[in-house]
Amino acid sequence: MGRFFALRREKIEDRRQVAEAPSRPIVMRGTVSEPASATITEAPNAAANAFSRLDQPIREIYLSETEARTLAAIGSETPLVERLVAFWSNHFTVSIQRGEIAGLCGPFEREAIRPYVLGRFHDMLSAVVRHPAMLLYLDNARSIGPNSMAAGRGRNVGINENLGRELLELHTLGVKGGCGQHDVEAMARMLTGWTVVPIAEPDGGRFYFEPRIHEPGPKTLLGVAYPESGAEETLAALAALSRHPSTAKHVAEKLARHFIADDPPPAAIERIAAVFQRTGGDLKEVTRAAIEAPEAWAEPLAKVKAPQDYVVSLVRATGMTPNDGKLLIQSLRMLDQGPFAAPSPAGWPDRGEDWLGPEALMHRIEWANAAAKKIGRSIPAEAIMAETIAPVAAPQTRAAIASSDDPVEKLTLLFASREFQRR
Amino acid sequence: MLSRRDVLIGLAMGSGVGALGLPRVAFARIPGERRFVLVILRGGMDGLAAVPPYGDRGYQSMRGTLALPAPGQPNGVIPIDNFYGLNAALGPIAPYFKKGEALAFHAVATPYRDRSHFDGQDVLENGTATPHSTQDGWLNRALALFGPDARRAGLAVGQGVPLALRGEIPVQSWAPSQLPGLPPETIQKLAVLYRGDNPFAMALDEGAQAETLAETTLGDQRMMGPQGPQANAFAKLAPEAGKLLAAREGPRVAVMECLGWDTHQGQGTVQGRMADTLKAFAQGIDGLAVSLGPAWKDTVVLAATEFGRTARPNGTGGTDHGTATAVFLIGGAVRGGRVVARWPGLDGAKLYQNRDLAPTMDLREPIKGVLRDHLELPAEALERNVFPNSLLAKPLPSLVQT
Repeated sequence: MGRFFALRREKIEDRRQVAEAPSRPIVMRGTVSEPASATITEAPNAAANAFSRLDQPIREIYLSETEARTLAAIGSETPLVERLVAFWSNHFTVSIQRGEIAGLCGPFEREAIRPYVLGRFHDMLSAVVRHPAMLLYLDNARSIGPNSMAAGRGRNVGINENLGRELLELHTLGVKGGCGQHDVEAMARMLTGWTVVPIAEPDGGRFYFEPRIHEPGPKTLLGVAYPESGAEETLAALAALSRHPSTAKHVAEKLARHFIADDPPPAAIERIAAVFQRTGGDLKEVTRAAIEAPEAWAEPLAKVKAPQDYVVSLVRATGMTPNDGKLLIQSLRMLDQGPFAAPSPAGWPDRGEDWLGPEALMHRIEWANAAAKKIGRSIPAEAIMAETIAPVAAPQTRAAIASSDDPVEKLTLLFASREFQRR
Repeated sequence: MLSRRDVLIGLAMGSGVGALGLPRVAFARIPGERRFVLVILRGGMDGLAAVPPYGDRGYQSMRGTLALPAPGQPNGVIPIDNFYGLNAALGPIAPYFKKGEALAFHAVATPYRDRSHFDGQDVLENGTATPHSTQDGWLNRALALFGPDARRAGLAVGQGVPLALRGEIPVQSWAPSQLPGLPPETIQKLAVLYRGDNPFAMALDEGAQAETLAETTLGDQRMMGPQGPQANAFAKLAPEAGKLLAAREGPRVAVMECLGWDTHQGQGTVQGRMADTLKAFAQGIDGLAVSLGPAWKDTVVLAATEFGRTARPNGTGGTDHGTATAVFLIGGAVRGGRVVARWPGLDGAKLYQNRDLAPTMDLREPIKGVLRDHLELPAEALERNVFPNSLLAKPLPSLVQT
């Protein structure tokens, strides 16, 4: 690609990738993609493996998973796909704030998110809700219907509505999407029985549906009656939620906020939501609508990079291959965006002001300075600038970099420039 | 000649100072020695576990497995009076209740009545009745009443600035960094590069100032260990924040965050997750008090969460999102040693939607009381600017030493 297009390199690559994307979900090495239309079966293997290794240092699993993930994002020939993986992984947040699932976060992303980022929303949602990481993170695994068979033994059992609520308020309809407390409770009742095989048993750590803890009886969700049908209730609900206009709007708004602007134009949201509705949640088409929106290409660049984007884009810009992923993970933690460490199920925020606190900016500049020292004289700042921000660089940015006679300072100024921190 | 204070009193009494040819905007005096710290307990703290109403006849049966042991028993409730007590894990702040430097409010809620963390926290911080209705936070709007002098009076402890402190008045933020500091010349050059791009220019200015303050106050020790808003990090950061607040040129209003309250499963009210979080929170407050030194007597800390949790345990030894909860007010300037509440009771019929502790106090009542009596902000400006459309939430009197 000619240097003339350098400014748009990433965005043009984004377009190309959508155009060339395979029509079926991308299947990564060692993962299984599982269409939602299948009846409930077991979750893919890796999650079970990671889960069964909880006794061993979870930290090591977490580190190797997150290193691999970060290096993949840096070395990727298809950076848009990596961006989408990060976006959807954040939309369906699982977090090491619950330490016990730390080893499952990587497998969750590989198995429930990555295969579907250019596939169907419904398939991704279905994979997410049956993944042990999510069932454990949002406490569904031990949610027990008070009138279920297992509850009859006088034990203190009952429903945990955590997943039921977030499934509606965060994952699908959105909190303004028209669901109330009774819907949350209905969803939580439907979800009883969606659990994980106890770790000591054969196949421990796999997803399964346990009818004995399922709350019996009809449920009403969003005004629709669901007759008692065990696991099928949630399957039907997931299908309905995936089709719901509120879900289309919610997903469209989040994508527009990610790819266009902190406060995206309502018209763009409408257009993306319409594509979501028209294509039955085909995320390839939905993504295309988001990145082809003219608003996404408007200047000046509207979005501030979150730390993960920033670190990945900086390393990519140098063309260097880091040989130690641990340093990258440490960097992300120092910049307040450790992998899979979002503070709540809502995930990381996606507005510039959330990442531009005074101290956040200082830490980022300090980190840029440290990176510049590492690069030293091996690549001149001017060469990196030509490949990255040159077409949008303000005269004072060019002048400052040109007039400095210290190669490390030149690089620091480049990486800390506002142009480099935006996208 | 009128002082600023006179102008404010005039405004508060509706005497139309504007007619005297004075500027329409009148400013309160900057906080001076008074300090105010807001601790946001994110995740929805179970107020019935933190400040158990152990004297309520319904307490044991309503809480079931989550009921705390009675005073005197191992891990028993630490009594505040013969009705309310503290969770034993809050031991580090119990002496402040004894000394009369801490009080709790109970059955408190923001106006928010749904159960989403994210909207609930937004309402807690924006100070209105509606999520996402403002871009600024109530504490920044309160700072604005001090006028341009309030610049740098506000400090967010952490890399980012929580909504409560975002707004028109620039504030600093501080968090320990493990990275080497920047050459001053580089910062100067960046200031030129950022000119005209306001979020960057402002953040750099405030960040560099905070860095200087932190260096002179805390030394150039690059802090290792827990980072971020988790409770164990709070315990470690709060004493450092206290040193900054104690500094002569330091900030006077600070916001801190403390996570870990979303206890849906295996709550660990006596031993476990919630107890650990309570303990870390209490240790942090104690550390803050110690490091503030003589300034503690001029300090009020308010610790509040977005909502409480269900009165009954759920099926997994935890509690789900609820409504009213407890709020803490701690500081040398507090008239404490008590619990302030309009107790609704714990019988099923008295619960909100037969599920949550019923809200009988608007969180803005105690906040307004503190802002009026401690930071000496005029009640009228609190109504108009800081908490618009909140007339029913009257400032609670007599919360602080005056």
